[in-house]
Amino acid sequence: MKAAAFEYVRAESVTDAIAALATGGSQVLAGGQSLVPLLNMRLARPSLLVDINALDELAYVRRDGEHVEIGALTRQRAVETSEVVRRDVPLLAQALRHVGHVATRNRGTLGGSLAHADPAAELPAVAVALDAEILVRGPGGERVIGAREFFEGPFRTVLTPGELLTAVRFPVRRAECAIEELSRRSKDLALVAVFVTVEQADGRCARARIAVAGAGPTPIRAVAAEELLHGRILDDAVLAEAAQEIAAATDPPSDLHAPAAYRREMAAVLGRRALTKAVR
Amino acid sequence: MKVTLTVNGQPCSADCEPRRTLADFLRHDLGFTGVHVGCEHGVCGACTITLDGATARACCLLAVQAEGADVTTVEGLATGGELHPLQEAFREHHGLQCGFCTPGVLATAAELLATNPDPSEAEVREALAGHLCRCTGYQFIVDAVRAAAVKPA
Ligand SMILES: Cc1cc2nc3c(=O)[nH]c(=O)nc-3n(C[C@@H](O)[C@H](O)[C@H](O)COP(=O)(O)OP(=O)(O)OC[C@H]3O[C@@H](n4cnc5c(N)ncnc54)[C@H](O)[C@@H]3O)c2cc1C
Ligand code: FES
Ligand code: FES
Repeated sequence: MKAAAFEYVRAESVTDAIAALATGGSQVLAGGQSLVPLLNMRLARPSLLVDINALDELAYVRRDGEHVEIGALTRQRAVETSEVVRRDVPLLAQALRHVGHVATRNRGTLGGSLAHADPAAELPAVAVALDAEILVRGPGGERVIGAREFFEGPFRTVLTPGELLTAVRFPVRRAECAIEELSRRSKDLALVAVFVTVEQADGRCARARIAVAGAGPTPIRAVAAEELLHGRILDDAVLAEAAQEIAAATDPPSDLHAPAAYRREMAAVLGRRALTKAVR
Repeated sequence: MKVTLTVNGQPCSADCEPRRTLADFLRHDLGFTGVHVGCEHGVCGACTITLDGATARACCLLAVQAEGADVTTVEGLATGGELHPLQEAFREHHGLQCGFCTPGVLATAAELLATNPDPSEAEVREALAGHLCRCTGYQFIVDAVRAAAVKPA
């Protein structure tokens, strides 16, 4: 199908973009990997597209104290291949290998994936797992939003019209990590995916972070499972218990791909596999 | 809007509406009909081209976004009368078949070999998974890509 007509402006600066976004019915165009298909299918009908692809100042990866800050317009492929990301936020680098194919990662951006807020997408779940901070600029200035507060529902965030996501700050987390994902086609969006990082000290769990995609209206943080692991020796029995807590945290949808009960069961199966992989 | 870009080394320019996808612009406005359009939502890979040195789905980009860009379509793979080593390998190994998905597959295979000169069969299959080919179980295509990999480009 073909898109309906819309106006188009190429923003020359962040200020420019924010000013253009003040127009009702306007929408940001980043990598276009979700938005252009939605336009083609007429599931999105903006009156104005504000193209931010010329904003080079929003494309960077930099180590900043205990954080890695990544500009919203950084292409997913650049994040995936960044040495800093591979070393300091390995969960993010690993997750990117599940995000579409190279051709879509070459264009798709980090900010676009978060702003799109697909509950089955990997990058929002990684942001939630790692307590990333989302930097936003709008007519009222800048604000910083915790990833867990950022996602409101399927394809809904707390961004207000006129606001631009400018960067994401990930805490440095060189922990053991693992991802287990079930999808219908290779590299497709997840039916269910579990993301874990585990730090151990003296043979016990010092810190675990667990998030699930595809099992609720937003990415889900499995807090009870994390607390259960804390301070424990990570033997099979403990991991099995944690897997049940992961499943209990989910609130999965039923749709034509899978019923809720199946997704919940898979959250436990994948969660246990991911934890086992992370702790060896 | 007027869009000016380089396609296969040639400067090109045409007028189009902002809603025109790059795939339609290349095919209909500039005549590069080797850009094939299947699903128009990024899944099938038929429209894959090379944009500023990296593969992209031409159906998931607007033509206006390609202003000033450097594009290579399948028409630009061969040099003069010489087929690209991948095209040669596809011919030898019967990887061409009906040819609908082939231009996109060639773009992806060229990018794979540029970053990984000797990919394993699994790596070739992973790269090809972004392309839906209706003609086969992919075996001939995999054979062709691996044959091109062992040949000096
Ligand atoms: C075939 C295919 C397979 C895919 N598979 C996966 C997958 O497995 N996993 C996955 O997670 N994703 C997948 N995707 C989607 C992914 O590729 C997109 O990159 C991503 O969801 C959107 O990023 P984008 O930069 O392309 O944003 P766009 O498509 O340009 O924008 C998406 C939305 O975010 C808004 N937006 C973008 N940037 C900003 C900003 N800076 N500030 C405010 N709002 C903004 C836009 O207005 C729009 O509403 C797939 C896409 C395709 C075509
Ligand atoms: S037509 Fe572009 S991916 Fe199918
Ligand atoms: S060669 Fe016919 S669709 Fe792939």
